[in-house]
Amino acid sequence: MKVVILGCGRSGASLALQLASMDHSVTVIDRNPESLRRLGKTFPCRIVLGNGLDLDTLAKAEVNESDAFFAMTRGDNTNIMAAQIVKRNFGVERVAVKVADPLRAEAYRKLGLFTINAAALLAGMCRDWFLGAEFKPIDAYNVDVAEVER
Amino acid sequence: MSMYIIVVGGGNVGVQLTKRLIARGHEVLMLEKDSRQAQKLGNLLGEKHIMHGDGCDILTQKEAGFKRADIVVSVTGEDEDNLICCQLAKEVWSVNRVVARVNDPAHEAVFREIGIDDTVSATGIIFSLIDQQIASDELIPVGHLHKGHVEIVESVLSDRSRLVGKAVRDITLPQGSFIVYLFRDGNGMQVNGDTEFRTDDMVVAMVPSARAEELRTVFTDVNA
Repeated sequence: MKVVILGCGRSGASLALQLASMDHSVTVIDRNPESLRRLGKTFPCRIVLGNGLDLDTLAKAEVNESDAFFAMTRGDNTNIMAAQIVKRNFGVERVAVKVADPLRAEAYRKLGLFTINAAALLAGMCRDWFLGAEFKPIDAYNVDVAEVER
Repeated sequence: MSMYIIVVGGGNVGVQLTKRLIARGHEVLMLEKDSRQAQKLGNLLGEKHIMHGDGCDILTQKEAGFKRADIVVSVTGEDEDNLICCQLAKEVWSVNRVVARVNDPAHEAVFREIGIDDTVSATGIIFSLIDQQIASDELIPVGHLHKGHVEIVESVLSDRSRLVGKAVRDITLPQGSFIVYLFRDGNGMQVNGDTEFRTDDMVVAMVPSARAEELRTVFTDVNA
């Protein structure tokens, strides 16, 4: 399948390498050529240099033809905005969004985005490891974070 | 009527806007995420008008009183921050009116699609002013009304325009659109059915946004 990954940081690069090794067709977008070294010497992906919020850059990455999009930069707002552009303007249905802030991750989960919050996963998995419990599906780790009173 | 207005982003746009809103007698709070800049602005605008914090952070939003804000205006230099700030204001805090600055004009449509109807794009405005100088027979969007459902457009008629020499009543316009104003030889004119178009007329029309493209073809249809 064709996938596009925005952000070639540690998580984006690792995902790109894993999917590419399974023979998926991977395109990576990053604005910094330096980041691409994380893909190793023979990087098996297509590279598009540019800003992932720029519609032309997304078009160049052929997002419209991709089966899934992963927003993996270190900027929560960049990821959330890119995800919504890709869903609405490019018609991609499978979109995963890395969101570091638990509150924002929860707010946008409620708005229908598949957000992944590393802090919640890490905490929950440490808990289960400590308790000797089996690791669970992701939803089990998305506990409601310190309820914001409205 | 005094309102509670939250301005996010303490750059030039935010500062000038905040000054004016304070002068109008509104209750204004500006959020700035850089602590040194926030301190500087506190001295400039008054401590009670400045809060140091990230306008996209939900806890900061709570503390700033997004819940009771009448308007939230996000004018940082980053489109993604303005979008997320306004979206959270609407969705989490049910703020009635949100206004976003858009730096990349291509993002205006994105914001509207997501439901942020009030956007301001300096780039877009300046570009259309320049565009206006060089292109005639183009339909230039001047502004939006009614949350983007109605567009105000203008066009300067060149000598190739098919409208030149015709009277308003002989032109078929898309449903719901009206020619409302005409600027000729330095004077504004009211338009009625008898008004006949001439070269160099500047025509202002209002059109439902959904039909703007139809109106565009009426204005851009030129004699080869």
